[in-house]
Amino acid sequence: MSATIRYFENSILVNIDGELDHHSASLIRAGIDEAVIRCRPQKLTLDFSGVGFMDSSGVGLVMGRYKLMKAVSGEVEITGLSPLALKMMRLAGIERIVSIKENVSV
Amino acid sequence: MNGKIKPLNTMKLVIESRSVNESFARNTVAAFAGQLDPTVGEISDIKTAVSEAVTNCIVHAYPDKVGLIYITAKTDESGTFTVCVKDCGTGIKDIKLAMTPLYTTQQGERAGLGFAVMESFMDRVKVHSVYGNGTKITMSKYISGK
Repeated sequence: MSATIRYFENSILVNIDGELDHHSASLIRAGIDEAVIRCRPQKLTLDFSGVGFMDSSGVGLVMGRYKLMKAVSGEVEITGLSPLALKMMRLAGIERIVSIKENVSV
Repeated sequence: MNGKIKPLNTMKLVIESRSVNESFARNTVAAFAGQLDPTVGEISDIKTAVSEAVTNCIVHAYPDKVGLIYITAKTDESGTFTVCVKDCGTGIKDIKLAMTPLYTTQQGERAGLGFAVMESFMDRVKVHSVYGNGTKITMSKYISGK
């Protein structure tokens, strides 16, 4: 599991790779939050295209980052979801709080 | 139906409630389910449901200690795969409330979707819990196969 963080002028792009569960989510969360707190971007994009497996911890990861971005007056965008990951995000109604994009835009 | 459906094969797995074991548990159970020749989608559904059940044991059943998680699985002649995840932890006070989507007792990062995912990805989910004594989740799925 890895999260590669790339910085742009007003946004941060995070490419998540590997199997995303309760264990691995806890390993990448701090790095993402540290980047957000330091840069206070207007947009945080989480790219799931490298995620081979995801359970509801992926939804929790998005919900937690939404709360953090809201606190710095920014928004969250998610992209690269597999059909299964999309099904899980929709179970939580995540589209009401973050935008789901088919392709990465920074 | 004539008589009882015979099991084809069974397995047992006992793991400690350490989060690093989540991937081990789901991948082991998925490898066993592979004997029914499931589709990639069916395997993903089983992996996800097992991951949720095992994570519940780690996060909720044994919040402050490491306990044991007992996983059994079976395949049967009808092509049904059944997996049971049991713990001897805290148990659930109100099962109906615990199964409500987005409900969680945790302050942190849990989405409150564990049971909703299990019910959505498996055909049948049965929860038996005694508050203070542990929880047993039995889930089954008919495998249409390739």
